[in-house]
Amino acid sequence: MKKFVMLSLACCFCTMAGAVFAAPVPVEEINPGYMYLGPVGDGGWTYSQEIGRLAVDAAFPALKSAIVESVPEGPESVPIMERLIRQNKSKLIFACSFGYMDFVQDVAKKYPDTTFMHVSGYKRADNVGTLFGRMYEPRYLSGLVAGNASKSGNIGYVAAHPIPEVIRMINAFALGVRKVNPNATVKVIWLFSWFDPGKEKEAAKALIDAGCDVIAMHADTGAVAQACEEAKTYVIGYNNDMTKYAPTMQLTAPIWNWEKLFAPVVQQVADGTWKSEAIWLGMNSGAVDLAPFGPGVPEDVRKLVDDEKADIISGKQKVFAGPIKDQSGKVIVKDGEAMSDDDIWSMGWFVEGIVGDIPK
Amino acid sequence: METLIPILAAAVRSGTPILYATLGEIVTEKAGIMNIGLEGIMLMGALTGFSATLSTGRPWLGLSAAFAVGACLGLIHAFLSVTLGSNQVVCGLAMTMFGGGASALMGRNQVGMTIKGMAPLDIPVLSELPILGRVFFSQDIMVYISFILVFFLVFFLRCTRPGMDLRAVGDNPRAADAMGLPVARIRCTYAILGAGLVALGGAYMSVVYNKFWAESMTAGRGWIAVAMVIFAVWNPMRAALGAYLFGGVDAFQLRLQAAGTSVPTPLLMMLPYILTILVLVFISIGKGRKISLSAPSALGVPFYREERD
Repeated sequence: MKKFVMLSLACCFCTMAGAVFAAPVPVEEINPGYMYLGPVGDGGWTYSQEIGRLAVDAAFPALKSAIVESVPEGPESVPIMERLIRQNKSKLIFACSFGYMDFVQDVAKKYPDTTFMHVSGYKRADNVGTLFGRMYEPRYLSGLVAGNASKSGNIGYVAAHPIPEVIRMINAFALGVRKVNPNATVKVIWLFSWFDPGKEKEAAKALIDAGCDVIAMHADTGAVAQACEEAKTYVIGYNNDMTKYAPTMQLTAPIWNWEKLFAPVVQQVADGTWKSEAIWLGMNSGAVDLAPFGPGVPEDVRKLVDDEKADIISGKQKVFAGPIKDQSGKVIVKDGEAMSDDDIWSMGWFVEGIVGDIPK
Repeated sequence: METLIPILAAAVRSGTPILYATLGEIVTEKAGIMNIGLEGIMLMGALTGFSATLSTGRPWLGLSAAFAVGACLGLIHAFLSVTLGSNQVVCGLAMTMFGGGASALMGRNQVGMTIKGMAPLDIPVLSELPILGRVFFSQDIMVYISFILVFFLVFFLRCTRPGMDLRAVGDNPRAADAMGLPVARIRCTYAILGAGLVALGGAYMSVVYNKFWAESMTAGRGWIAVAMVIFAVWNPMRAALGAYLFGGVDAFQLRLQAAGTSVPTPLLMMLPYILTILVLVFISIGKGRKISLSAPSALGVPFYREERD
């Protein structure tokens, strides 16, 4: 009980404090600092964020942004953020990976006048908001494309780490696949790494050798796309359009448009309207989207995907709407119901039709 | 057996960059120079190989350029550690950071481009051998060159005069000097050639294997090679075994996953590192016995002609 009272008091205090420091900041004094997980040259996750940052800078010419690349998801990130705040006078920090979560909390307590936006996390504070895109929406659409393209019904998925973000997307993809190809299965390989082109390529080859005729991926480079192009196997890219790596074999790719996520935050800070919240933008904002279709996608499939996309944007269709069964066949989401954002966010189980385990 | 062949072929393929780097480091360390900057040199090699191939369209030129850039880095390391006698661990770390940073900076505008690279080449007759043919002889030319290199190095180190000179300056530079060998010159030569081989390992990834450039694309293989030298107890044959084991464990666990079996993947991935630790333990407790004899005894110790021991 005592704890509860303390907590409520803390909450009240937070909201009050939140109301106090929402003063407008002139654009030229925001100096947003971006803390990246990988190198901007990774050709994937960080690269797409960097493109977003450049677009934001172009949209706000007075803005002077700074970046720090390849920041480990550990205590090393703390001095990096402090340096951005002290030396670069950043009034806004974008911490661009999940693993910075607790360190952002620590630094945010020390610098209450700075606004923090943590990408893909769930811990907030009065000066920390979270920011992410509903990538599972385009993932689902890419599943429709993959399900249609697969003849063997054997689809592969190269996945980085067994965390909810990745699991959620595999599930959305599999739901799309099974909608058009009810007997197809999605075989998952875990890399336990975000970034290792050699291993990504080897994983794709392993799936191709195991008889998969469409491969989807969730890792940071174009290695999987390239392996598929060489083996003439269809591939679904990720992060950004990977046509360069698979000019004939990429069917499509769920892609990020980070400027659509970053720019509104900069605007809010400039206007003094920023408040701590969980921003989770879907396809209707354009923050997440599908890359243009490759030559392997027939006209009727394009039409089907465009229709479903319109339904998702209008809100008529929800990706995680029942009936959804898990791997054992147990109904998790009943017909006529849809999963809540919290349940979608913390997903730790596979839907029916996925072959593979989630390592504990 | 049929399921095993692709795994073994993948082991050779993914072990090759590590093998080149390990062979390069063995040559360097046998001469008594420790260069732990392999990761940086590999990255510089990867970038050079890629950009030269991109601009000329000839993978061979790319690989040669990578060797040359690696050799230049080896020259810098040799100058610092042999001529100036500075701390080789610090030099190596500097090399890692320099290579990583410089390749990232210079490769910025090459992200997202691809090259044709090198096509696999079946060796006639040999590639038709049962099992061995498809594992070893349906690869690319760089893999074949690495085979030749392994045998050549074994022969060179054991049976040739220059090879014995190389081992002499690494084992006992004072005695080598008394024999009239130019210790500094020999050490520098092999530090340079070794670094060139290391860079080839990096270039293999960007020119032959992945055919694109991405920052930090070697993803720690340089460090694995540093450990691999110890695992191999400075023996080129064992280096090949170790490199293929590292590559093989990865290929094996990925394929086990693709086959739908649930395996404790992290456990499997730990295996090569555990083996390396075991070898280290054996080397330490087996001091004076055969296994430690292959370790160059003057490794990492600068040699000054004018000084007395």
